[in-house]
Amino acid sequence: MGCAGFGVAEKEIAMLKRVHFNKTWLPFMLVAPQIAITLIFFIWPATQAVYQSFLIEDAFGLSTEFVWFENFQYLFTDEIYLNSFGRTIFFSAAVAFISMSSALVLAGFADRVIRGATTYRTLLIWPYAIAPVLAGALWVFMFNPTLGILPYFLDFFGYDWNHYLNGGQAMLLVILAAAWKQIAYNFLFYLAAMQSIPRSIIEAGAIDGARPIRRFWTLVFPLISPTTFFLLVINAVYAFFETFGIVHAVTQGGPANATTILVYKVYNDGFVGLDLGGSAAQSVILMIMVIFMTIIQFRFLERKVQY
Amino acid sequence: MATISLKDLVKNYGKVEVLHHVEGEFQDGEFIVIVGPSGCGKSTLLRMVAGLETVTSGEIYIGDKMVNQLEPADRDIAMVFQNYALYPHMSVRENMAYGLKLRKFSKDDIERRVNEAATILEIQDYLDRKPRQLSGGQRQRVAMGRAIVRDPQVFLFDEPLSNLDAKLRVQMRLEIKKLQRKLGVTSIYVTHDQVEAMTLGDRLMVLNAGYVEQFGTPIDLYEKPASVFVAGFIGSPSMNFLPAKLTNSHIELENGHKIPTSSAQQGDAIFGVRPEHMVVDDNGPIEVKTELCEQLGANTLVHGRLNKCETSVVASIQGHWDYEPGSILRFNVTPENHHLFDSKTEKRLES
Amino acid sequence: MVEHRPILNIVTHLVLILGILIVALPIWITFVAATHDEARMLQAPLPLLPGPYFIENFKKTLFGSGLSGTETAPVWRMLMNSLFMAIMIAVGKIAISLLSAFAIVYFKFPFRMGFFWLIFITLMLPVEVRILPTYEVVADLGMLNSYWGLSIPLIASATATFMFRQVFLTIPDEMLESARIDGAKPMRFFFDILLPLSRTNIAALFVILFIYGWNQYLWPLLITTETDMTTIVMSIKQMLEAAEQSPQWNIIMMTALLAMIPPVFVVIGMQKMFVKGLTETDK
Repeated sequence: MGCAGFGVAEKEIAMLKRVHFNKTWLPFMLVAPQIAITLIFFIWPATQAVYQSFLIEDAFGLSTEFVWFENFQYLFTDEIYLNSFGRTIFFSAAVAFISMSSALVLAGFADRVIRGATTYRTLLIWPYAIAPVLAGALWVFMFNPTLGILPYFLDFFGYDWNHYLNGGQAMLLVILAAAWKQIAYNFLFYLAAMQSIPRSIIEAGAIDGARPIRRFWTLVFPLISPTTFFLLVINAVYAFFETFGIVHAVTQGGPANATTILVYKVYNDGFVGLDLGGSAAQSVILMIMVIFMTIIQFRFLERKVQY
Repeated sequence: MATISLKDLVKNYGKVEVLHHVEGEFQDGEFIVIVGPSGCGKSTLLRMVAGLETVTSGEIYIGDKMVNQLEPADRDIAMVFQNYALYPHMSVRENMAYGLKLRKFSKDDIERRVNEAATILEIQDYLDRKPRQLSGGQRQRVAMGRAIVRDPQVFLFDEPLSNLDAKLRVQMRLEIKKLQRKLGVTSIYVTHDQVEAMTLGDRLMVLNAGYVEQFGTPIDLYEKPASVFVAGFIGSPSMNFLPAKLTNSHIELENGHKIPTSSAQQGDAIFGVRPEHMVVDDNGPIEVKTELCEQLGANTLVHGRLNKCETSVVASIQGHWDYEPGSILRFNVTPENHHLFDSKTEKRLES
Repeated sequence: MVEHRPILNIVTHLVLILGILIVALPIWITFVAATHDEARMLQAPLPLLPGPYFIENFKKTLFGSGLSGTETAPVWRMLMNSLFMAIMIAVGKIAISLLSAFAIVYFKFPFRMGFFWLIFITLMLPVEVRILPTYEVVADLGMLNSYWGLSIPLIASATATFMFRQVFLTIPDEMLESARIDGAKPMRFFFDILLPLSRTNIAALFVILFIYGWNQYLWPLLITTETDMTTIVMSIKQMLEAAEQSPQWNIIMMTALLAMIPPVFVVIGMQKMFVKGLTETDK
């Protein structure tokens, strides 16, 4: 679910039907439920988060002090936080790259298939339906150091797998699980984009003498670049926010914080560490990042509307 | 059934005035066609009568009731839209019955009316189909059926035939006319097609850029167009307009040839002649250098230019003719087929 | 395809089959694990082919009390909880989004754009980033450990509202005009014309939102503390933790299988609608 997955051109937002109703109270009744929920569960908590990010609570929760940006200042000097930040970027980039490139290859081939295309699609899309935490559970089981099937095979090559001890392996496992789950989504979008390219363009390329691989890189790939960009943002959002379940199930941020990505840290500092101010400040930073990503996406969609 | 009157109607979109003080009195049972090029405001005018657009100023009466503030549903009108606007998820029967159901007609009454309308339009066999299972012409009939079941005081048609192919358009045009005659319901019909306008309308209102250019019977419009615009709009191919000077009961063309006229006017003018009124006459005053002949079967269109000038001229002459490009032809036009317009205001000059 | 290339065709199918194998491998292993008994699941290497205990594990998992040695709700109970939550979220989101999109597209009223932006902002606030204060609000409202607390905070979403808005904008204006001439009042137009015309979009969105709801993890983790309210997706994590003491991988993997069957079933069963909904909603 691309939670930030929608954008509309500015002009279009103002759109209203040429003919419209002019009731005074009815439209208010209609938007009321959504607005009420938005205010209570979105706007109010978000402002609370901003407010709390300016507070420091003492160790016993007895008194709080308003400290302006001290929490933020602290975060940006905190090596653990900064490391987590860098790690999140690396994690997101790796997840996006792995899942998008595999999806692109699969979609590129699936687009060639005429008979059986739906069957292939059916068999490739179901990981979409699997919850991140379940994806994590499956992968952690496969890579269980003592029992798992893959460590068993890796052992043949003299490779010792233990993601409970090895931070790099833990990160790799989380990335693999996260990317695996997202392939289906990327595949669907790439396939849809490729199928919407007019056949005549490909045929013209063939007549011009471009071989299939060349056609793919010189015609198909540029034509679907809007989709690539769109997916890049969606995958970044996914990796940033929706992978909590995977980390929680697979590594719980460990070993030694090796897989503590930002979302996990917000949760951990807030609910486990009970550092409300610090957690709130982290939330605010995340919010700013989502807003940033939404704006990019928004911009991009605005441009795309003109196609 | 009712009369309709439009009194000093003005429509603004924001600060832009798109309809300028439109007046009109439509008789009971009359078929009125509003015709004009796209963007002239004709649909806006129709939609104001329907109640789908607000009135900026002025008044609309249906019968003796001022309807400016009434909801479309309360105006006792029915409308046929360009894209038919059939509800795609309802069967033909449900489409036709919907308005009646909302008006709380009894089941039997609805049944009876729908069947009656379906019989008139010969769509009894499709009553249980969905709109997407119908052809364009059948959808058109259903849209009409939806209008007539309610037995409204007024029918409004918003370019209802423009989505049909040429042949079907001619056929449906006749049917609409017959149906309207039979039911005797006051109708307003909007189109940009002058042939449709001429064949359908009892009276035509020609609209141009939000102004009423002329309002009258088709023959009026054809014989006495009030302006260059109307003259050019009505009739096909379009009227020829030749720049001219009026002097001492003569029309002097650009190339100096003179045509006698009964008009007493003086000065610059536009001389209008319909192609079908150009008669080949070796002594005629209108000298044309031909460029191309289009043979249409019954008649031939001769395209050319006024000799020694750039002004293009078309003549429609009976039978098959083929003139070499560059040959000179002379035409005459009888005085009753002369049209003279003021060169500045482009209004008709009365003799 | 444009030209005839037998070798490329073979490569195509090989790549796709390989892709399917990689995508399906974790699920196959899960399935295999769910068909063996506990003892077999403790010997490395783990089996790669199914065993005979599927039915037994199935019964044990669905109706037993989960893992021995932990206190979890029976799996069928958790499945029901997940089902309730997913349906409430999907139906709730669709209902409130339909109504607000209807208001925004078909009515002219004061603060229309203000409301629109307010809804738009929710796009920027995924639950993960406002988790603590939202939790506090729900706690203050006494909605912890309830279906309401599980679903309501998640049902406001700009995505669905925008999608319906888009759908409504593509419905020809003449539908409304014609309905008004027929005498339809706003709500009647909504129910008689708009809803039936958006039927396919509603169904497509339902699939997506059902999966979204079913797969919620962090939120239920915080909101539910009573075992009776746990959802199936949450329980996996609890089982994984328990597995460190007494690994009963056959039961855990059977639970995982049960947790993924409903959404996978929905996706595959309504594939056409879902693909259409997904690719058109997010764009």
